[in-house]
Amino acid sequence: MLKRLMMSAAVLVAAGGIAAAQEIKVGLLLPYSGVGAELAQPIDRGAELYIKTHADEIKPFTVKLIKRDVKDASGATAKIVVQELLTQDNVDALAGWVYSPNAIATAPLVTAGKKLAVLMNAGTAHITNMSPYYARTSFSMWHAGHALGEAAAKQLGAKTAVIGYTDFPPGKDSLAAFKMAFEKNGGKVIDEIPMGGANAVPDFTPFFQRAKDKKPDVFFVFVPGGDHSTAVVRTYNALGMKQAGIKLIGPGDITQDTKLQPMGQNADGLITMHHYNADLDNPQNKKFVEDWKKAYGADSTPDFMAVGGYDGMAAIFAAIKATNGKLDGDKAVAALKGWKFDSPRGPIQIDPETRDIIMNEYLSQAAFQNGRVVQKNIGKIDAVKDACKANKIGPCGK
Amino acid sequence: MIFGEDVAGIVLGGLAAGMVLFVVSVGLSVTMGLMGFVNLAHGGFAMIGGYIIVLSMNRLGVPFVPALILGFTLTAALSVVLERLFYSKLYRAAELDQVLFSIGLAFVMIATVTIVIGPETQPMILPSWLRGQIDLGFTSYRTYSIFLIVFGALVAFCLWLGFERTRIGAQIRAAVDNRKMVESLGINIDRLFTFTFAFGSGMAALGGGFGAEFLGLDPQYTLKYLVYFLIVVAVGGMGRITGVFYAALIIGIMDFILKKYLPAGGTIFIYVLTILILLIRPQGLFGRSN
Repeated sequence: MLKRLMMSAAVLVAAGGIAAAQEIKVGLLLPYSGVGAELAQPIDRGAELYIKTHADEIKPFTVKLIKRDVKDASGATAKIVVQELLTQDNVDALAGWVYSPNAIATAPLVTAGKKLAVLMNAGTAHITNMSPYYARTSFSMWHAGHALGEAAAKQLGAKTAVIGYTDFPPGKDSLAAFKMAFEKNGGKVIDEIPMGGANAVPDFTPFFQRAKDKKPDVFFVFVPGGDHSTAVVRTYNALGMKQAGIKLIGPGDITQDTKLQPMGQNADGLITMHHYNADLDNPQNKKFVEDWKKAYGADSTPDFMAVGGYDGMAAIFAAIKATNGKLDGDKAVAALKGWKFDSPRGPIQIDPETRDIIMNEYLSQAAFQNGRVVQKNIGKIDAVKDACKANKIGPCGK
Repeated sequence: MIFGEDVAGIVLGGLAAGMVLFVVSVGLSVTMGLMGFVNLAHGGFAMIGGYIIVLSMNRLGVPFVPALILGFTLTAALSVVLERLFYSKLYRAAELDQVLFSIGLAFVMIATVTIVIGPETQPMILPSWLRGQIDLGFTSYRTYSIFLIVFGALVAFCLWLGFERTRIGAQIRAAVDNRKMVESLGINIDRLFTFTFAFGSGMAALGGGFGAEFLGLDPQYTLKYLVYFLIVVAVGGMGRITGVFYAALIIGIMDFILKKYLPAGGTIFIYVLTILILLIRPQGLFGRSN
C-alpha cells in the first residue's frame, strides 16, 4: 500500500514537472527605450511574428517572452539584465542583443548561465567565440563587408575607395572586412574616416566633405542603420557627391527597409551588399512580408533586423523540438550546430564549427520608380561564411 | 582650384553650422547675462521648437516659413508660462538650485516628448526651393547651407539693431551691466526679463528647426548639443550679441575643420580650444571683465 502510494506520488510529481515545463521562458533583451528603441522594435516584432505563425509546431509547449530593456550600448545595463533573467526569472534561453558591446560584456554571464543565447543582431565578428552558448542568426560585419569589398573591385570596377565608419566595434570590423577584400582584389583604400560614436547621429557634412575632396570611385559607409542611414543618404545628396561621380556603397544598413521609402529620389543608385531586403524574390519572403503587413499594418515593412529576430525565434523553436522542450543549454547548442532553415533571406545554416550564420549575400541597386524605391538584385553570392573567423583575423582566431 | 573649393567647403559648411549655434545660443547668452541664471533647459526649448516646426510641416502641411513663425510663437508662449510659474521663483536662489531645477526641467522635457511623440528622430523635409545645390560662381554648395548663412546674418543684424538702437535693447544692455542701477531708475526688470526670456526661447526654437536638417532632431537633442551652446556663450561672453555671433562662427568653423582634417580626435580639440580661450580670457573672447 505504502509502496503504491509512493509510486503514485512520484507519478504525480513527474506529471507536475511536465506541466510546469510546458511553458518555455525566453528572455528577450533589447534597447526598448532611448535611441535604440527603433532598432528594438523590428526585432521584437520579428520574434513575435514567428511565435504567432508557428505556435502549432511546438505543441504542447508554448514560448513566453520575458522582455527586458537594456537601454544603451554601454554593456552595464545588459549585464544586470542577463543576470536577473538567468537567476530570478530562470529563463530557458536568452535572445536579442542589438549592440555588440552588450554581447561582449555579457559573454561571461552567458557562459556561466549555461543557457542557449541567440544573437538576433549584434554583428561584431568575434562575439560568437566569446561564449560556447552564443549562436547567431543575424550576421557578422564581415559577411557584407568582405563580400562588398570583392564586388566593388570586380563587379563595380572601382580602383579607389574612401571608408567612412561609425567609430565602435562593428564599424571597425566592417572597415577591416571591406578593406581586406577590396585590396586583395586590386583596389586601394585611400582614406579611412571615423565619424563619431553610435549613440548619436552626427552632422556628417565635414566627414563627407573630406571624402568628396579625395575623389574616390566608391565611398564605402558603415553606420548602424536607423536614423544614421537617413542622415547619410541626405548628406551624400546634399553635397552633390553623386554628381561628382562618387558611388555611395555599403552594407544594407544604409538602405534599411524601414528607412528606405522616405529617402525617395535620394536613394536612387545606392549600391549595397546585404543578406536581406524586403524586395527579395522567394516564396518564404513573400509569405513573411504578407504576414508582417497583416500583423503590423500595410504601411509597415520588415527589414534585416526583423529577419534576425524572426530567424532567431525559428532557431529557438528548432532547439525546443530537438530537446523535447527541455532546452538544456549544451544540448540546445548541439542541436543548432548545422541546423538548416529556409529563411525569408534564402537558405541559412548555423555553422557547426563557429555557431555563426551561413547565408547568401545579395548585391542590390536601389532605384526610384513610380514614387517607390525598389531594391534590384544585381548579384548574389551563395552560402557566405564569416570571413573573419575563416581567415582567423585578430580575436576571430581565438 | 581644388584648394579654393576646399576652403569654400570649410567656410560655407562651418558658417552654416555656426549660424545655427548662434540662433540657438543667443537667448541663452542674454538670459545668463541679464539674470545670471544658468538655464540648462535652454536646449529643451530648442528641441520643443524644432518639434513644433518639423511636425507642423510634416503632419499638418504648414509651409516652411509659417512653420518657423509658429514654432517661435508657441515656444515663446510656453517659456513665458514656465518662466512665471518656476523660473521667477528661483532668480534669487543659489546657482546650484538654479542648475538643479533647469537640468530637471530638461529631463522632464525629454521624457514628455518621448512619451507623447516617441524617441525616434523627426525627419526635416525641406521645401523644394531649399533642396539641392546652388551655383555660387566659384563653387556650388548645398542650397540650405547658403540659406542658413544669409538668414543667420540677417537675424544677427536685426538683433544687433534692436539691441543697440531700441529703447528695450538699451534697457537690456543696461541691466546686463548694472541691474541694481536699472531697477532704481524704475524700470520693471521682471517684465524685461520675461520678455527677454520669451524672445531667447523663441530664437532657440528657430535654431532647433533650422538645425534639424543636419543636426537631427530627437528628444535627446536637449542635452546632446547643450555643451556646444554653453561653449558658445562662455567663449562669446555673457549678454553680448556680437560676442555670441563671432564665437558661434568661430566654433562652427573650427569644429568643421577639426572634424574634417582630424576626424579621429576632432571632437576633443574643440574642448581643448575652449579651455585655452577661457584660460587666457576667463570672461570670454568678447566679454567685458568686471
